[in-house]
Amino acid sequence: MVVKNKKLNLKDKYQYLTRDMAWEPTYQKKKDIFPDEDFEGIKITDWSQWEDPFRLTMDAYWKYQAEKEKKLYAIFDAFAQNNGHQNISDARYVNALKLFLSGVSPLEHAAFQGYAKVGRQFSGAGARVACQMQAIDELRHSQTQQHAMSHYNKHFNGLHDAAHMHDRVWFLSVPKSFFDDARSAGPFEFLTAISFSFEYVLTNLLFVPFMSGAAYNGDMATVTFGFSAQSDEARHMTLGLEVIKFILEQHEDNVPIVQRWIDKWFWRGFRLLSLVGMMMDYMLPNKVMSWAEAWEVYYEQNGGALFKDLERYGIRPPKYQDIANDAKHHVSHQAWSTFYQYSQATNFHTWMPEKEEMDWLSEKYPDTFDKYYRPRFEHWAKEHAEGRRFYNNTLPQLCQVCQIPTIFTEKEDPTALSHRQIVHEGERYHFCSDGCCDIFKHEPEKYVQAWLPVHQIYQGNCEGGDVETVVSKYYHINIGEDNFEYIGSPDHKRWLSIKGKSSDTKADSAKQDAA
Amino acid sequence: MSVNALYDYKFEPRDKVENFHGMQLLYVYWPHHLMYCSPFAMLVQPDMTFGAFVDEVLKPATADHPDAPQADFLAAEWQLNGEPFTPDASATLKDCGIDHKSMLTVTTKGLDGIAGSAS
Repeated sequence: MVVKNKKLNLKDKYQYLTRDMAWEPTYQKKKDIFPDEDFEGIKITDWSQWEDPFRLTMDAYWKYQAEKEKKLYAIFDAFAQNNGHQNISDARYVNALKLFLSGVSPLEHAAFQGYAKVGRQFSGAGARVACQMQAIDELRHSQTQQHAMSHYNKHFNGLHDAAHMHDRVWFLSVPKSFFDDARSAGPFEFLTAISFSFEYVLTNLLFVPFMSGAAYNGDMATVTFGFSAQSDEARHMTLGLEVIKFILEQHEDNVPIVQRWIDKWFWRGFRLLSLVGMMMDYMLPNKVMSWAEAWEVYYEQNGGALFKDLERYGIRPPKYQDIANDAKHHVSHQAWSTFYQYSQATNFHTWMPEKEEMDWLSEKYPDTFDKYYRPRFEHWAKEHAEGRRFYNNTLPQLCQVCQIPTIFTEKEDPTALSHRQIVHEGERYHFCSDGCCDIFKHEPEKYVQAWLPVHQIYQGNCEGGDVETVVSKYYHINIGEDNFEYIGSPDHKRWLSIKGKSSDTKADSAKQDAA
Repeated sequence: MSVNALYDYKFEPRDKVENFHGMQLLYVYWPHHLMYCSPFAMLVQPDMTFGAFVDEVLKPATADHPDAPQADFLAAEWQLNGEPFTPDASATLKDCGIDHKSMLTVTTKGLDGIAGSAS
């Protein structure tokens, strides 16, 4: 038999490949097929109201993505063949990639797992298809990021075991526990956490700094990855907004639940982004903009407009937003101080800003840098110059929720830590802030079991009782190569030889000090 | 409040004192010395004296700070878990009421960090 119209039009194709993938079950109960859909208390009255953000079908999706991959890998090849790593601004920049590869790329993989899981849990076909596509995107991002950065692994230290480090290194428990918290929640909280709070509200603060940072610092491989991911990210953001509007429109009882999730995940995202803030202000030799400026544009302005738009659903801006807005003047300096003093246990190098960089920080942070941070940094620079590079040899107290050391200060008093403590069922718990303490109080069962790296070391669960053994055996950080001060490091020396310069005496004395 | 879960969601706290093999955790915060980015997390013996703790644990931890030579910790102002606290150098930590995961805050009046910046 001859079929006349072999090709479906777009609308039919979309119908067949998304909504038509669902059916009303006859011999199984719907509740048994989708057992995770109700327990969070979210009420969905009509899944057909779900508007797909992009009317994309699988066949079109494969075609677009394949085109992008082809171009992307052609550029990776050219980058490698032309020794692209020699054209970056300065080898200090590579440390931002080390942070990205061990801190962010594994999150892309966690996002893949998360979306694959929730893509099974919704009874609405539209939501399932959107999650399925995002799952594949995230897997692709994780892979292409690793391929983009693999060239650097041939020439610089610290990039050799990112996935292993993500599971074990003390500060990488910050991004890891963030995603574990989201993935162990129900499907609607996961979407509110990742699609809305992270992808929609905060993702620009992750991607713009890293990708513009790459562009400003001559890293063509990572920039090209950024372009290749951009259309995916746009789709993810649109999904994030659709998710939140859909849930809110379905039932008024959903509003307080969603509000609490927004409060929680805004705060968790804001804390996680401290790492990006320090990367932006301290790790990019060529600066894009300051963290405070990025926060103003991407959160205060864009986020402000968004929450104005959501007002009609009864949603208000996230709790403690005022604390977060004020902290833009502090967090990057506080985070860099932390990494500088614990650099014996990091897979990347740290350093003190050069004079021009200190002046840039004074200009960008007129109310805080000179007053609170410059004296500390000048003292450390002086100590280093005199052969006493500062390391903190005592482990830090960690926040039970965000797992960042409790380094943050009070909004009203930047000279005092915003430490909080409570007793829950006879055990003491410590927090970096009211934001994290509130999250604990709402779901203590979830956080009493937190795997806090410092406590795990002290319990003897990390292959040794001393930091050196933990760092080398348990973390797989090569001591003297991957960690410690940048000046005088093998990376620094290699860079000087690439640029035809020899290492100076300052570098040699710093190396001795580190050893 | 408690977790909304699909099953009875109950887990042991991971940092109970019995997991520390006879030792306990003690946090120490030295205000206005933010060169040390957060309070210290220290592993201590509950039956060590407070004086020994100051000499053998706290002093080495703070030794690199320019204020350290002038810091008279035993004569300083102390808080235990946010409450005023008078240390007894000869008493054990346990007898001082310092239990697992307690936090001590020690304020050394007149010492305000590097160039008075609270660093």
